[in-house]
Parts: sequence; C-alpha cells; structure tokens
Amino acid sequence: MTEQMAHIVYLIAGVLFIFSLAGLAKQETARSGNLCGIIGMAIAILVAMAMASGLHSLVYAAIALGAVLGAIVASRVAMDKMPELVAILHSFVGLAAVLVGFAQFLKGDNSEGVEHLIHQIETYVAIAIGAITFTGSIIAWGKLSATLSGKALTLPGRNLINLGMLVAIVYCGVKFCQADTQEDQLLWLYWNTAIACVLGVHLIVAIGGADMPVVVSMLNSYSGWAAASAGFMLSNNLLIITGALVGSSGAILSYIMCRGMNRSFANVIFGGIASTGGGGSSGESKGVEDCQVVQATQVADLLRQAKKVAIVPGYGMAVARAQHGVSRLTQKLRDEDTEVYFGIHEVAGRLPGHMNVLLAEADVPYDIVLGREEINPDLAEMDVVLVIGANDIVNPDALENPESPIAGMPQVEVWQSKTVVVFKRGMATGYAGVANPLFFKENTRMCFGDASDVVEEVLGALD
Amino acid sequence: MKLGIVRETFEGERRVIATPEAVEKWVSAGHEVWVEQGAGDRCSAPDAAYESAGAKVVDTATAWTEPELILKVHAPNDAEIGRLPEGRALISLVYPAQNSDLIKRLEAKRITSFALDCVPRITRAQPMDVLSSQTGIAGYRAVLNGAQHYGRYFKGQITAAGRTPPANVLIIGAGVAGLAAIATARDLGAQVKVFDVRPPVKEEVESLGATFLEIESEESGEGVGGYAKEMGKKSQDAQHALFRKEAANTDLVITTALIPGKPAPLLLPKEVVEALKPGSVIVDLAARAGGNCELTRPGEVVDHQGVTILGPTLIESELPRQASDFLGQNVTRFLTLLAPEGEMNVDLEDDIIRCMLITREGKTHWPPENIPQPDKPKPGKAAAAPVVVNEPEDSGLGKYIFAAAILGLTLLVGAKAPKEFIEHYTVFVLACVIGYNVVWGVTHSLHTPLMAVTNAISGIIVLGGILLALTTVSKAVLWLSLVAVLVASINIFGGFLVTHRMLKMFRSDKDRKGGKA
Repeated sequence: MTEQMAHIVYLIAGVLFIFSLAGLAKQETARSGNLCGIIGMAIAILVAMAMASGLHSLVYAAIALGAVLGAIVASRVAMDKMPELVAILHSFVGLAAVLVGFAQFLKGDNSEGVEHLIHQIETYVAIAIGAITFTGSIIAWGKLSATLSGKALTLPGRNLINLGMLVAIVYCGVKFCQADTQEDQLLWLYWNTAIACVLGVHLIVAIGGADMPVVVSMLNSYSGWAAASAGFMLSNNLLIITGALVGSSGAILSYIMCRGMNRSFANVIFGGIASTGGGGSSGESKGVEDCQVVQATQVADLLRQAKKVAIVPGYGMAVARAQHGVSRLTQKLRDEDTEVYFGIHEVAGRLPGHMNVLLAEADVPYDIVLGREEINPDLAEMDVVLVIGANDIVNPDALENPESPIAGMPQVEVWQSKTVVVFKRGMATGYAGVANPLFFKENTRMCFGDASDVVEEVLGALD
Repeated sequence: MKLGIVRETFEGERRVIATPEAVEKWVSAGHEVWVEQGAGDRCSAPDAAYESAGAKVVDTATAWTEPELILKVHAPNDAEIGRLPEGRALISLVYPAQNSDLIKRLEAKRITSFALDCVPRITRAQPMDVLSSQTGIAGYRAVLNGAQHYGRYFKGQITAAGRTPPANVLIIGAGVAGLAAIATARDLGAQVKVFDVRPPVKEEVESLGATFLEIESEESGEGVGGYAKEMGKKSQDAQHALFRKEAANTDLVITTALIPGKPAPLLLPKEVVEALKPGSVIVDLAARAGGNCELTRPGEVVDHQGVTILGPTLIESELPRQASDFLGQNVTRFLTLLAPEGEMNVDLEDDIIRCMLITREGKTHWPPENIPQPDKPKPGKAAAAPVVVNEPEDSGLGKYIFAAAILGLTLLVGAKAPKEFIEHYTVFVLACVIGYNVVWGVTHSLHTPLMAVTNAISGIIVLGGILLALTTVSKAVLWLSLVAVLVASINIFGGFLVTHRMLKMFRSDKDRKGGKA
C-alpha cells in the first residue's frame, strides 16, 4: 500500500469518527454513530498493519489480548460503575501516549535543525500530557470506586505547588532539548514523566467527589490532547484529528458541567467549594422536627391521587441502586394512566449523562426523561415530585439567596409543584454542605430511609 | 364545611363560580356542597353533572340558606343579600372601592366576605387570582370578536387573485389580557404592536413576537402592586400623539388599560379614532370601567365613520365553560388556604386572606394594612436570562486575552515552523473546530455514551504503537510499542462495546411497546 493511499484511508477513518460523534446527537442515530466509529477504527488499523512488514503476529497478539480484556471489562461492568470504567479507560490512553512517546524517542529520527527541535518538543509534550492523564485518571478511578477517599485533599499552597511543577516540567524540557547525548536526554525525559505523574495525582486528589463529572470530562479532554500530541510526534493526521475531536468533546462536557454548577472551570480545578456549613443560608438552622415526615404508605396515597408525577433523581439513587425499583414504580403509575416524567440535572451523578444511563438500564423509556430546562416550566403542573437522593440540585436557596455558597447554580425547581416528596437517608447536607430550605417548605414531605428500601415499600403499599 | 354554589343573576352572565370538576375536589376534601338548580346550565354544566360530582342540587332558597359559605361570581345584588342569612360567609367579586353601599350592607348582616378581585399580586397567590384567569380569556376573545368585525384576512396571503398583507394589530396595555391578545393575534397571523406605560413588560411582549412601542418619557407607569398608575398630562399627550401616528397603519386596536378603583384612562380620543382607516375595529376591554376610547358605549357596537367600536362588558362570559373551569380552580386553591382542615380559619397573618377579607363580624377590614408588593423577579428566575452566571473573568477580558494568545501562537508557528508542522497544525485546528461544533449537538442524555465512544476512538493511538512496532529494529522500542498497542486495544474494544451496550438500553416508549414489551 502506498503512503498516499494510506493517507486517504486515514482521512476516511477521520470522517467516520466525525460521523460517529455526530450520530450521538439523537437517540435514533446513536447506534449507527457507534457503528461508524467501529468501521473507522477497523480500516485505520488494517491500513496501519498493511503499511509495514514487521512482526505482524506479535502486534495481532497484542491487539487480541487487548480485545479480550476490553470485552471482558465492557460486558461485565454494571451501569452504575460506568464512571469508574470511563476513568480507567482514560488512563490507558494516557499510558499509551507515554509508551508511544518513549518508543518514538528511542527509535530516534534523522531530521535536523528546526525540524528536529520541533520533533523533540512534540515527543516531550506528548509524554507530559500522557503522564498527567495517566495518573490523574487513576486517582479519579480510585475516588469514583471508593478505593480512595472522595474527600478533597487540599495541601496548603497547592496552587503554588502545581505552578512549581509546571515550571519544572518546562525547565526539564529546555534541558532535554539542549542535551547532547541520548542518555542525557532520556534522563530529562524520566524527570519529565515523574513530575507530570505527580502533577496528575496532585491535581485530581484536590477535587472532591461531587465535582467528579467535571474531572472525568476534563480527563476525557486530556486523553484527546494526549492522542493529538502523539499524532504530531508521529506525523499522523488521523491521530491529530481524532485527538482534537476527543479533546474538544471533553472540553465541552467540562464546560457544560461547570455551567450546571454555575462555577468557572478554574474554580472547580483550583478553588474547591467553600465548605463552611450553612454559611449564609437563609433562616436559622432547622432540624428534622421542623419538616413534615411521612411514611411510605402516605407517599403511596399521594401517588395514587396524582395525575402528573415527576421524579428527580440524584447520586443517592445510584448509590442505593434504586433505579430498578424506580422503574417499576414508573411502570406501575403509568399503567394507572398517571403521567410520569423524569427531570435530570446536568450534574446529577458522577458522570455527564450518568442518570440517563442508569434509567435506561432500568428500562425507563428515554422520551419521558427530560433535562432540567425542559422540565422546569412544567413543574408547576405536577401533583407530586419525588426527589430521590438529590440535594444540591433542588435547593431554592441557590436562586433566592445571593449569600448562599451555591448561589446562581441552576436548579430543578421542584418546589413549584403541588407536593414534593424527598427520599433521603437523613438530614445531612449535600456535597456543598449547604442547608436546603426545600425540606422545610409547606408543600414538602420528607420520607427517610435508604432510597431503594423506600421505593420498594411504596411499591408494596401501592398494590 | 357546607359550601353553596348559586346561579348568577347578573344580566347576560353565563358563568358559574365552579364546574363539577372543582366540586369533585371539594367533596373529596371533605366539604358538603349545595348547588342551586340550573347554576351551570348556561356553561354546559348540567345539574346531573354536579350531582354525580357529589353535590346536592337544590332550589334557590335552600341554596342560599343551607350552606355556611356561599360562592358566586358577581357581587350579590340587593335581592340576593336579602336571601343570605345573617352571619354567613361569602366569596365573590366585590370591587370594594366602587361598592361602598354593598360593603355597608354586608357589614350590617355580619357577613364574612372575601373579594375575589382583591387577591394580592404575589407568586403564592397566582393560582387564586381570578382577575388573571378571567382577563386572559378576555384578551383571547377580544381578538376573535375584533376579527369577526374586521372585513379582511388576519394572515397575509398570496392567492391567485393577488396578495393581501397581514392585518396590523395595536394592543394597548400588556397586562394579562394584553399578553393573551398578543398571543392570539400572532396565532392568527397578524402583525402586532404593543404599547404599555410600564417599561419592564417590554421583554415579555417581545418574547411573544410583537413589537414594543415606546415614547420618550421619564415617568414610569408602574404603580403599587404591579398595576399601572395614572399618568401625568404631558405623557398622556405624548401617548395620544403616538397612537394618532400609528392609527394610519392599524386595522385592529385592542385597549386593556385599567387602573384599580378608578375610571379607565382615556387612550383613544375621538381624533385618534378618526385617524383610523374605515373598516378598522376597536375592541375596548375597559368598557366596564367607562372605556379607554372616547366613543365607546359599554355593551354596544358603535360605528363611527366606518370604524367599528366594540365595548363588551362581559366578554369572559362568552367563553362560559372555560371561564367557569378557571374560576373553579382559582376558588379551590383559595379554599385550601381558607379551610385547610375543613373548617374556615380566617388567619389574618396570611397576606392573601388579609387582602381579600372585606367584612367580618360587623366590621370592615378593607382596605387591608400593608399590601404585599409583587415578588420581584428573583436572580435566575427571569425568563430571558435564566441564570446569573458568575464568571465575568471568563466571559470578558480573559476571553480576548485567550483568543489573542492563540492567534499569536498561530502566527509564531507560521513564522518559525517547517512546512510539515504547519500542515499538521492546520489539520489540528480544523479538527478542533469540527469537534466543537459536532459535540454541542449531542443530547445531554447521551453524554455518557459520548464519553465511552471518545474513549474508544482515542484508542486510535494504537496506530502509533503499530507503526513503531512494525518498523523498529530495537527490542526496547518493540516492547514499549506492544504494550501501548495492548492498552490502546483495551480502550478500543472496551469503549465500543460498552457504548453498544448502553445504546441498546436506551429505548423509547414506542420501542418498548413494539419490541419485546
């Protein structure tokens, strides 16, 4: 196969990848989108294999082993473990970028002058980004799978530490380019890798559990940039195109998540939320005695009389694995001709779109699952809104109290409805540590207990 | 509590205070309901429907004497007050500012009375506000009535016989009636211009697709409680001048300007009417309060030099069932506030009850003390600007610095880099732009599959591993590349497979019923 032909095939693969992402715009076209991606990937790999005559068998063996491992992981993973899977897959891209970077460096190239310098910089940058993605994603995976504490570890002066490490990476880079022998260069490359790995760990360790949607999206973006930089290094346009697609996709997701919290990207990464307890929240501190507590049977009565019901799930639903019960509840209500809708806040869960996947897994039809902006205008017509394991996304203070630490964060405005029932384990505050006046509103009822158990009890009472 | 619905005796009135749907709710809330024979006859709510909703249908005398609380639309006339036993309660329209005699009589009979027209303009009270629900109907109907008297199409048309332009509608006053009229006229295809003395309504008007007319005036017409107030002479002249100018190009004028407790302001003096083309129509929704047009005669159709002037006084009654349904819903909400436990509890601490209470135990409570101000739009609640996003550093200067830095870098690349790099850079930048545009189109619910797909395709780095492994002679390079191929392959297969699994789960209602069900 000629090089020109290979370029054309790469171009076709790149276009197929674009179609793949474009296909995800709608549920109807999403599956063909995935197919486009698969075809693009297959032809790209076949062409790469046809380009050179080396030890094909070893490469095929590596691919086959990867395929088996990937297939096992992907077919076993439960949907509520998706965030972990996504995070660990990001780390693989990072790792691959580091490995390819080193391999490319060791192979060496015979260019000269500016061209040589640029190649060296490309290699160096690819390894640095790859290493940050690699360790950062591993930490994110640890936090998501609860192997590591979800709490933000904030060292004093941590932004200075980050800056210091960045400067060190640049310094090593300069030294790397100036070094004469390959051994010296390799040494600086090791330093680069080591510092970048530490930077990746430190960046992500400082970010708390509920900001994970932003972190995962950000690492998604990094993994794209890592692939793109590898593309520069290897002069491969398909890698550049794909990396850029993935990189911008992750960046957009991060932006959407940040907007969902009304925080700037810098604030999420460097700021951390002020965890001052109910700092500035409206009203004096109230306790469980100030809210109206109901039992599952009363919730069932409310639901029986309701004509329109909305369900607003949060991370608590995922933790309690209540989505299957919720789905059966939905089915039951719909069989009784009650209209049921779901209202999903963009930052609910630990991954962009996490709630949607969980509900889809539990067989809830996607056309009744609405976004925050879609459901807000209709909430006033809802007879009952069930809030299941959500807190900071249904807090009226965010809109009404400019002093609140989460002021300005868009909310699912459940309090507009006739009755709100909150399923909650206890009176604890949400991630932001902010008191929620929703619990004390006239039209709010609190139903305490594990979300999954409560849903089962309600189902039982409805029979 | 025992509730009574009586038949309206006001001339031409076809509404009733509550339809059987509302009665059903009252009964299930534990109230007993008496309905006067024929109360809902004129709005397609026959006695039988009330009975099956759980009410007792009785004759006039029983309906007035048996219940503890009488509900009706219009304020009772003298004969009706006569039927009402002493010490009972009443909910109806009262218009206390205009009806001091009525208040005296209610006071004398020790009636506890609530005025439906005195619901305060606060968010919590919105569901009870009959003025909103009824004037919305008035605005809708005003356009239809106007259209009936107008001799042309509303919507511009192109036909074989030639083309006709769309009708031009001028709506004065963008309150509830005005906004409903705007929406209706727009639906019929007319071009709509709107005038209102309160500048803040501009946004709402424009959101309905109408043009907002403004005059140069320092005076804001926003009065107490969100209603308009009377305007000074100077701005009134400016208004008239504006209307005269607009008149030449207007086919239908709908006026809705009312000032609480005062005669309607004069908006269309005779000279403005005469500036309209023959065939134009004026619908004066303020006819009941004297009219916004000098030539309006309440309840009549006037023809002045070819201009038709409608002065309906009971326009809500022309949509009797709709209006009664709304009244029923409004009153039901008020009842849950007034009698939360089934018995009446006059809680004067409650703003809504305090504002609506007119007389009680022989005393007049009107006007109420400290009227609550309408809720100001909360931060993040205005329709057009949903959230106050607090990242000025990102949206302002930072953005430009960022753009300048990228541009500078790009130019530097152009100045220094070799040709090959520039080619790659071109591809990179274009791919970023494509990615940016494509990914914005992805629906939120598919964001997790999106991440999984991007996981899979970023495994394209496998190419790097493959090419290096196949072209190298060094062992170290070979093994490094093979490991890279291995981990990248996990990504590729894992990512695509898990995406496939997820997408298979996303099923619509139709898929579920058509599929395995």
